[in-house]
Amino acid sequence: MQRAYAFARLPQLSNKSLKNSYAFLSKSHIGSPLASQPRCLSSHGTPAHWKTKKEISIEHKSHMDFMPVPQGSWQESYNKKQQSRNILLAVSALAFGVTYFIAYKVGGIYLHGMDYKTFSAQKTSEITDAIVSAFSFSSLKATSPEEGTGKATPPEQGDGTSADATTVKPGETDWSLLPEVPEETQYLIVGAGTAAFGAFRAIKSRDPKAKILVVGEEASVPYMRPPLSKELWFNEDRLEVEQLNFRQWNGKKRSVFYEPKEFYAEPNMLSNQENGGIALLMGKKVVKLDARKKIAWLSTGEKIKYDKCLIATGGKPRNLPVLEQAEPEVRSRTVLYRNIEDFKRLDSITQSAQTIAIVGGGFLGSELACALGKRGQKTGLKVYQIFPEKGNMGKVLPEYLSKWTTRKVEKEGVIVMTNQSVTNATFKDGKVQLSTSEGLTVDVDCVVAAIGLEPNVELARASNLELDPVNGGFLVNAELEARRDIWVAGDAACFYDIKLGRRRVEHHDHAVVSGRLAGENMTGAAKPYWHQSMFWSDLGPDVGYEAIGIVDSSLPTVAVFTKATEKDTPKAVVEESGENLRSESEMNYVQSAQNNVPVAPMDTEDYGKGVVFYLNNKKTVVGILLWNTFNKMSIARQVLRDGARNEDLYEVAKLFDIYDTLADAAQEETSSPATTPTQAAASAAS
Amino acid sequence: MSYCKDYHYGKDQVIFATKDQLNEPSNAIINMEEDEEDHPPGLILPNGDINWECPCLGGMASGPCGIEFRNAFSCFHYSKAEPKGSDCYESFLTMQECMSHFPEVYPPAKERPESDDLKQLTGDNNDLGGLVELEDDSNLKRDSQSSSTE
Repeated sequence: MQRAYAFARLPQLSNKSLKNSYAFLSKSHIGSPLASQPRCLSSHGTPAHWKTKKEISIEHKSHMDFMPVPQGSWQESYNKKQQSRNILLAVSALAFGVTYFIAYKVGGIYLHGMDYKTFSAQKTSEITDAIVSAFSFSSLKATSPEEGTGKATPPEQGDGTSADATTVKPGETDWSLLPEVPEETQYLIVGAGTAAFGAFRAIKSRDPKAKILVVGEEASVPYMRPPLSKELWFNEDRLEVEQLNFRQWNGKKRSVFYEPKEFYAEPNMLSNQENGGIALLMGKKVVKLDARKKIAWLSTGEKIKYDKCLIATGGKPRNLPVLEQAEPEVRSRTVLYRNIEDFKRLDSITQSAQTIAIVGGGFLGSELACALGKRGQKTGLKVYQIFPEKGNMGKVLPEYLSKWTTRKVEKEGVIVMTNQSVTNATFKDGKVQLSTSEGLTVDVDCVVAAIGLEPNVELARASNLELDPVNGGFLVNAELEARRDIWVAGDAACFYDIKLGRRRVEHHDHAVVSGRLAGENMTGAAKPYWHQSMFWSDLGPDVGYEAIGIVDSSLPTVAVFTKATEKDTPKAVVEESGENLRSESEMNYVQSAQNNVPVAPMDTEDYGKGVVFYLNNKKTVVGILLWNTFNKMSIARQVLRDGARNEDLYEVAKLFDIYDTLADAAQEETSSPATTPTQAAASAAS
Repeated sequence: MSYCKDYHYGKDQVIFATKDQLNEPSNAIINMEEDEEDHPPGLILPNGDINWECPCLGGMASGPCGIEFRNAFSCFHYSKAEPKGSDCYESFLTMQECMSHFPEVYPPAKERPESDDLKQLTGDNNDLGGLVELEDDSNLKRDSQSSSTE
């Protein structure tokens, strides 16, 4: 009122202020007798800017004419609303259903209202009794009589329906009625892969009556993975492949499964088996551990009390972000290769596909590329392999060997695209089109991403276990122990190697070795990681190797290779005369020289057999690769253990007897002039 | 005459050598410290006991009839009766009875051996004389472990 009065006396005020003043008026004072008072009190009549209430209303659009006018069909909008409500109803009904189901499964719902007289009286009550006694839900039992009348009384006291039912005799339990998951176990193994297998065998060897519960997510018994990218692809017998049988290096038929299903005991019978046993709980996941109380929780809510626990959760394959974020058609044509299902899928895809791309140049990628390349020679399947390194297994093999290997892979019928990564993936004309950083594109029916593994460590986060910030994986000591009575083995373990330092290894043999070590330590061996695991790979007929220790291509290497064809090959003659005159086409892999060292076209040499030493910055041998040289792993282990510091590695290489002359001589029982490794050991000792 | 080619390729050194060159005695001094796992003791330990951790046993000692197998095999191994193992009839019967429940784990393809067959055992450490087909099934590769029986 005060302000309005002031405005009335100050007509020179700006328009904006005026508007404000009227807004003030129209909002709070319209209709009030006081509103017009200043005007009436004024002796100069209405000011020039005076407006009627109607005018003000129109100006402010607070008028009936400005009300929203309904448009479109009422029915339509009503239907729309109903539809969204129906969806909401369905979703909430579903959510309720799921919640109820989970609660029911977990045992959170006790059906007091159930009419035992009419609804499968005997069986239900028996199961409930079994569960109740197994979990000792005494509180629930105590409350049931309060429900009164016949509903909660045991069926025996009900009517005649229970009379003919099979009653369980005291002291004799019907196992099928017990819950699937036992309440407690002596040894708990989380994960059912190779490390788990290594562990349970070691435990059972040292503790004959051990009760071991293995909990695995997959719906199959423990199996070995290497054949999935190796031998299984080369088995010509389809029937054997379907049964997941392969031919071992010595031609023997073998199953990928370590033991048949029958080998494993029923989990709920475990606690009552006098001689113990190895029970397997399939399709279940342990989500949390309490290291102090020694309790494990399953994703379905069950609790398992354990004495000793091994975490052997392995890893899951990584995916390329480009493929992960691609359209659904691309994603449905992408295979992340890890387990039996993936093998079956890729096997069936490649029976009919015309083109396939493998992204990744490591072990898995290169082995699959060779396997599929070989298949392609029969079916016409075109295989591309794309990776950013300079050659196959470029992170493991020295550059010259890596490039040499690439040529062998190409010989297997693979189109290898080195030095490039996949930058885009789209779906075009029924094919996945991959674009690379080199600007090339390939159209394929299927993409296999083989770019590495991510250790499964969710359990660490849920259970407050330590993770290694550098290598990933659960951090464990040299005895593979994470906390008191919790061990970790296999891909998921970042352990302290007392010889080579902290590391994490993703190889089959490491899973066997570390699983076994963990199993031994779970039974009180207290052994450190000492026996080095090895790994191997085979790519076609010319490339096969075994390696041990830290085999990393970024380390300096010294290699000794055989030269079987001595001076008589034209190649050797050219080299002898010092004229490295090679055709331009052969030179295209040669790189610019470093340190002014004369450069030879290294990767055009023939790397038949040899041994490669990997050195650290203290010139100690930390890794050894045996190239097409077999049965020498024991020597490699001992050289690695020694470190061969200040040794001429050419002399060390002699110990490996790469030409197998010693082995041949030993067989013929003729005296060989050369030293045997044992003689060398003797000379070292003296 | 020497064909020893020595190339340097950045940080990677490569030496090519002939058979004769590599057959010359090595003067490298390497402390060949043997790991017990490099040369596993086999099925029978030096002190005469049974090595239940021998990979050569495969799943025998860890399988569903592991205890029965251990009892029978121990009985036989330590038997002083004449002929050896003749006092182990009971334990072998128990073992066979157990194994018959697990035809998949213990395939009855071969004739189940009588205890007499075990005589061979004393002769060959690493063979159970046809009792079971012994093989190291934890390995996929010749070299992959220690377990190669020598």
